Amino acid sequence: MDSQTTKPILTVQRVGEDLLQVGLTGEWIAKAGLPGFDSVEKVFTSGPGPVKAMEFQTTELGRWNSGLIAFVVKCFELCKQHKAEFRAQTLPAGVSALLQLSQAVPEKKDAVRGDEKSPFFEHLGLIVIGLSKGATEMLTFVGESVVSLGKLLRKTAQFRWSDTFLVMQECGPKALGIVALINFLIGMILAFVGAVQLQQFGAAIYTADLVAIATVREMGCIMTGIIMCGRTGAAFAAQLGTMKVNQEIEAFRTFGFSPFEFLVVPRMLALILMMPVLVLFANLISIFGGFVVSTWMLHITPMLYINRTIQSVTLTSFLLGIFKGTYFGVVIALTGCLRGMQCGTNAAAVGLATTSAVVTGITVIIASDGLFAVICNALGI
Amino acid sequence: MKTNGNHIMIEIRDLTMAFGSFVVMRDISTTIRQAEIFIIMGGSGCGKSTLLRHMIGLKSPAKGDIFYDGESFWRMSDNARQQKLRTFGVLFQSGALWSSMTLEENVGLPLGEYTDLSPAEIRDIARLKLALVGLKGFEEFYPAEISGGMCKRAGLARAMALDPDVLFFDEPSAGLDPISSRNLDELILQLRDSLGATFVVVTHELQSIFAIGDNSVFLDTNTRTMRAQGNPRELLNNSTDPYVREFLTRGEAKQKRTEAEAAAV
Repeated sequence: MDSQTTKPILTVQRVGEDLLQVGLTGEWIAKAGLPGFDSVEKVFTSGPGPVKAMEFQTTELGRWNSGLIAFVVKCFELCKQHKAEFRAQTLPAGVSALLQLSQAVPEKKDAVRGDEKSPFFEHLGLIVIGLSKGATEMLTFVGESVVSLGKLLRKTAQFRWSDTFLVMQECGPKALGIVALINFLIGMILAFVGAVQLQQFGAAIYTADLVAIATVREMGCIMTGIIMCGRTGAAFAAQLGTMKVNQEIEAFRTFGFSPFEFLVVPRMLALILMMPVLVLFANLISIFGGFVVSTWMLHITPMLYINRTIQSVTLTSFLLGIFKGTYFGVVIALTGCLRGMQCGTNAAAVGLATTSAVVTGITVIIASDGLFAVICNALGI
Repeated sequence: MKTNGNHIMIEIRDLTMAFGSFVVMRDISTTIRQAEIFIIMGGSGCGKSTLLRHMIGLKSPAKGDIFYDGESFWRMSDNARQQKLRTFGVLFQSGALWSSMTLEENVGLPLGEYTDLSPAEIRDIARLKLALVGLKGFEEFYPAEISGGMCKRAGLARAMALDPDVLFFDEPSAGLDPISSRNLDELILQLRDSLGATFVVVTHELQSIFAIGDNSVFLDTNTRTMRAQGNPRELLNNSTDPYVREFLTRGEAKQKRTEAEAAAV
């Protein structure tokens, strides 16, 4: 404990007609309990005539820091406002020096950020312009990706297989754990929900059909798509965004390299190659989840369950799921890379890019899955 | 010092730089000769780096053009510009090394893409370039594993990978200690003398400016255009512009003035 600490005390009094004396005693260290400025202002404005000068008594002033300076600056501004003389002579030399420093550069009025509200129509117009700009960028990006893939097929694309293999490892084998866990649980949930309903009709055996068809056509690819979007799409956006912040993407450009071919193509290729495998794996695990629930809780014999599954899954449904999964892979790579490349040049922008990649990715996945359902229905698939 | 004729390497003609409707700098015209070390200087945020970005094809001018060997850089076809870019080397402020590659791969990548060298030859050249900047033994390191100064030097090795005709440096000494910064200056001079390359350096490090600059342009935020050009040492001695003098003397010109005023009071 610091026993020498003395309480800061402020005394304000008017001497004669027009002099205001401000007495400062004790330690003026910035922390709770410093006397407020209000009393100075009150005495300053309350007297019979206007105050012409302000002076300080500092003989018993102890240690001080910014707490005192902030107080003195307020006094100074009060004097300036009322055109009173500010006598700084008795203040400690450091205080008047810092006071001068704080007044050295005049306040920049137009630098204050105005929260001006733009009129409704201007706001609306800006939103529309922003949307159309975003759409153009997205289309350009898709177009560029098609061109790059074409170059890849003609073997003229500048890119490194080693990068592709690294990304493949990252988004393939390393994602197996989470894909397995989620799809196993989804399979179990499907089986539970189905069984409860189907048992009412004594048709519990059709749980196998339900799980198999739902998984292979929809749930397997959609769940894998969403998992990979959150896992890999976000990673792509963060990687590319950080590369942008670090000027690495500009470094590609200045060498005449296409950042698109170097960065986007390996990622897209990796997901195109890995997603079908992941979806196949997800399908198997999910059906296994249903199998566990059905055999343990509904007492369906394993052979029967397997037979029903094999009978219910057609090649068309199976291929549809795999195709959709691959398509979702392209979506994830594109949205992740697009948001990464659009990223601004600071840390907050990387966060935004990552968020936006996941939001865009999941939205596009779900929306296009709906579209696929409609198309399949129309075509009778 | 070696003078390599009077061949004009780069010409900037009436260049206006803008972000949307916000004009950063207007009417910049200057010429850069071969084997010259050309300094772009000016206060913070005045558009030095933006000018550099225009010169290396990262940002297109609002008006005016840049000519390399008499050819318009911004009016040539995209392919021709890509070709031109390969004769440049750029050192970014923080090095901008590709973080997923080792130093050797960083230097070797351009060689692999643009030359017919065998992988073994690429390795040799990459190692040589790294040795030139004093990074022998760090070939297998990743950029995250070395210090900022080393990243910058590795960035220089990468910029030199294709033996460029023009090397662009964005604030080479920012964030370096005085000795490293001095060594980098020496390296630039050596490279100029031995390779005959042209250097364009963005900097506001006065010691560097006087140590290496043959020619310069001074950009000013307030008037939004260039305020002076010429050899920085001559500018220091001969410029009549108080603002340029103040900059080149680290504000001493102004300080003397204020001291005189204070003494008078």
